Amino acid sequence: MEEVKLIQIKENILSDNDQAAGQLREKLRAEKTFVINLMASPGAGKTSLLLQTIRRLKDELRIGVIEADIDSVVDAEKIRNSGVAAVQLRTGGFCHLDAAMVQAGLEGIGSKDFDLIFIENVGNLVCPAEFDTGAIKNAMILSVPEGDDKPLKYPLMFTVSDILLVNKTDMIHMTDFDMAVLRKHVLGLHPDMEILEVSAKTGDNIDLWADWVRRAVKNFS
Amino acid sequence: MHELPVTESILEIVLRHAKQNQVKRIVSITLEVGELSDLDNQWLQHYFDYLSKDTTADGALLKIQRTPTVLECSKCGNQFEIEKSQLGLSDCPQCGASEGFSLISGRQYHIMEMEAI
Repeated sequence: MEEVKLIQIKENILSDNDQAAGQLREKLRAEKTFVINLMASPGAGKTSLLLQTIRRLKDELRIGVIEADIDSVVDAEKIRNSGVAAVQLRTGGFCHLDAAMVQAGLEGIGSKDFDLIFIENVGNLVCPAEFDTGAIKNAMILSVPEGDDKPLKYPLMFTVSDILLVNKTDMIHMTDFDMAVLRKHVLGLHPDMEILEVSAKTGDNIDLWADWVRRAVKNFS
Repeated sequence: MHELPVTESILEIVLRHAKQNQVKRIVSITLEVGELSDLDNQWLQHYFDYLSKDTTADGALLKIQRTPTVLECSKCGNQFEIEKSQLGLSDCPQCGASEGFSLISGRQYHIMEMEAI
């Protein structure tokens, strides 16, 4: 009878990714390139919000976009047509981006030549929250039709994000979405979360978001 | 939803330890996974069985321990366990504060130990 040995491991399963993300952040600091990881459900308005943001900032900042929505070049084309650089990452059906994929995207676009790079993460509120991409800040979009209960269903996403954009406020009167309830749920999970109520369609409050980005980039470089 | 890449990472780590310890076969692997992580035990095992074929980890059982979600109240400093379904809904059981909690525990993804022969 062979003896069973107990071997202590005590290793973090995600340590490789966390380490790669940390190195990426150091590199971005050295390059003075501010990277925002944008996360949301499919259809929450990531691309529309980006287009609105680019319109406001492209004359003062050198902006790039890394698109990761699953195997589609539609978004990257829309972004390129807005006059900024975009690369499309083929995630091969992956449900999230990890630091290695983002690193490949940053190399592909030539990150040192940019002041600001947006990563449009895979549309999903679960997986992207668990994998550090190496971005400097995490931003998430929740759109009004998704409902004010989402912080209860996807608490991790609301915990790891630095700023929450509540999009499609132009259609709030058509829903039973309660902004006060949403704020209470979000702040209960993440007391420091910045919350902006915007509409990428009408442009409402997008200036506030553009100001937030502008300040963050300025404080970074 | 992302059990596959996580499983790849687990396999890589345990095979490294198996080599270092010169074991013939891994019998079980104990994982500590935070309650907030959306990992499904059954799928982890399923993918693990698939990926570990013909390695020293072939046939190893994954023992998954779930660690509870713990919040800290910024008002009184009290740390308390909370069910995932109650996140964002519960008040601090000590001082009654309704917000201002930070997450202390619940996101772990650790390989604790393994049994091997």
